[in-house]
Amino acid sequence: MAVPYAKLPAWVDYGLIPLINLVVAFLVAGLVVLAVGENPLRAAILLVDGAFGSGDGIGYTLFYATNFIFTGLCVAVAFHCGLFNIGGEGQAYVGGLGVATACLAFDSVFPWWINLPLATICAAIVGALWALIPAYLQAKRGSHIVITTIMFNFIAASLMVWLLVDLLKPPGAMAPETRNFAEGAQLPRLDWLIEMFGLTIRSAPFNITFILALISAYLVWVLIWRTRLGYEIRTMGHSPKAARYAGMNETKIIVIAMMISGALAGMMALNPVMGAQERLQLDFVTGAGFVGIAVALMGRSHPAGIVPAAILFGMLYQGGAEISFEMPAISRDMIVIIQGLVILFAGALEHMFRPAIASAYMAIVAQRREPDTQGSAT
Amino acid sequence: MDTYTTIILVLDSTVRLAVPLLFACLAGLFSERAGVFDIGLEGKMLAAAFAGGAAAAVYGSALIGLAFAIMISVLLALLHGFASITHRGNQIVSGVAINFIAAGSTIILGQAWFRQGGRTPPLSSGESRFSSITLPFADEIGQVPLIGPIYAELLSGHSILVYLAFFAVPLTWWILFRTRFGLRMRAVGENPGAVDTAGISVTWLRYRAVICCGILCGFAGAYLSVAQNAGFVKDMTAGKGFIALAALIFAKWKPVNAMFACLLFGFLDAVAIRFAGIRIPGLFEIPPQFMQALPYVLTVVLLAGFIGKAIPPKAGGQPYVKER
Repeated sequence: MAVPYAKLPAWVDYGLIPLINLVVAFLVAGLVVLAVGENPLRAAILLVDGAFGSGDGIGYTLFYATNFIFTGLCVAVAFHCGLFNIGGEGQAYVGGLGVATACLAFDSVFPWWINLPLATICAAIVGALWALIPAYLQAKRGSHIVITTIMFNFIAASLMVWLLVDLLKPPGAMAPETRNFAEGAQLPRLDWLIEMFGLTIRSAPFNITFILALISAYLVWVLIWRTRLGYEIRTMGHSPKAARYAGMNETKIIVIAMMISGALAGMMALNPVMGAQERLQLDFVTGAGFVGIAVALMGRSHPAGIVPAAILFGMLYQGGAEISFEMPAISRDMIVIIQGLVILFAGALEHMFRPAIASAYMAIVAQRREPDTQGSAT
Repeated sequence: MDTYTTIILVLDSTVRLAVPLLFACLAGLFSERAGVFDIGLEGKMLAAAFAGGAAAAVYGSALIGLAFAIMISVLLALLHGFASITHRGNQIVSGVAINFIAAGSTIILGQAWFRQGGRTPPLSSGESRFSSITLPFADEIGQVPLIGPIYAELLSGHSILVYLAFFAVPLTWWILFRTRFGLRMRAVGENPGAVDTAGISVTWLRYRAVICCGILCGFAGAYLSVAQNAGFVKDMTAGKGFIALAALIFAKWKPVNAMFACLLFGFLDAVAIRFAGIRIPGLFEIPPQFMQALPYVLTVVLLAGFIGKAIPPKAGGQPYVKER
């Protein structure tokens, strides 16, 4: 493909341009706030205050961020392989099944520090298996992975409703959910972490999965940039042809990358199911799988970008809930718009401002070099 | 109620449920045949349903509702075009963005403007809604045994949009396979380089295809909120855009096949609604969730190449770069 764009230094490419895209996305979101008759600036202040103004606010922000780190990593790993995994939502949903299976079986047998790794493994396996069929079909049959993963989201939704209503619901209970987990499958909270800063948490279910998410982010970095498999995944993503000529096994790489992606999505279920609700409920994912797309795009598929992006979206989720108390016209659905705008400007329109920025940058560089007659340019 | 009447009623609701799918499916057909993947059918349909419901309620006219639905849907389609044709962005990413923007803004704006929990005010029948049309002599022919109910129940008594949807099928076929625009559009989806070499603008062709897609999505949305239901309810498309996408693949990007695929998926939906949990005598019960998941399962099976092979337009999903 032709490259009509000038080469820019890394700080412009990875810092300035994403920042400008993000700012534009939020400016447009501000226009929506104006359109419903509220003051965008006040909304922004309320949002930040709701998310970071109290111990509970921070707890909830980080609780949501935990979900988004997992789903963001899920999308990012697939991105590196040149695949677009829209199925994070479904993979996380069935991942809950893995968590619940481990918890329901062992919650009165083992303490939490045995159950957590067990549940993690189960969730990862179920999530990975849910990604396996789309991955295999993409690798072997050339079925478009975007379509198959969307279809698997819907299939997962139907499957989970059926399982919860017909099988997992305790006899006699009304709500379609499993029984509450016993103490052995309840995760310890991280209240002490917030209390170190002199703040207190009352109800926020901020728990140990946050640390697990950070470890996962580090491991994904190791995997993608420090292992042979990661190198193969990135080669596949940049140029499947080059990977083929280099003798890499295409099918294997696609399937493994997608299974890792699915496993990360599945692990997201630990946070709400084991860490907060302590039972398996309907629709516990609440769109986190889709937020992962925005998070991965914003974080440029790099763990160091994904973690702050996830925290930003955690802030939007928590702050958005707080705003609606003060501004009834704005509910948490505002976040869905912002999410869409971020995906639009940081993803689909990422090159929109690039030519303008590139020429501005060139102009500045040229101006600086003008008095310098050494001719050291280029 | 005897079996025959039940069958007629199920088929009748099949038609009603297939119509939004059919509009959206044909919309996707225009876009994808021109080489622009469109995951955003769902979002365009949702935004159109909202705009249609809101405008019909405010102006008290179904036609104005339809006009607004089409306008909003075309605007979103142009946004998709702007991102994916002009700026060569990822078409999937752009479609996903449109879905989220539509999902969020219909709720926020609906709540801000009407304060009814994301609904638009209910439309009273009459001018503000597309009412059902009784075909001539429906009552008289309805008396005839066997054939009568088919005419009176199945063919008669739908809104004008239903008939339009089925009229759109041959129309799409004609545009696609019998006009110069259609030929060029198909060419631009298969080999844009050749079209460009012939001196025809790839960009302008793709924009026109995307606009056609927007218009049809507008009809789909308006049908949901102004004809099938009396007003917009939040998240009322509920995945129909994706089922339409599935139908499009199932139909292998052909208009007449698209109609049958949509009728099939509409039928599955109608059966799932009518018989919540079919009991196969003496064996077991088929859960309704299975019927709901069936269109998606069928699509995956088809994509896997077990029921014939679905081959998408060759240049689909790739932005066209003039200088190579």
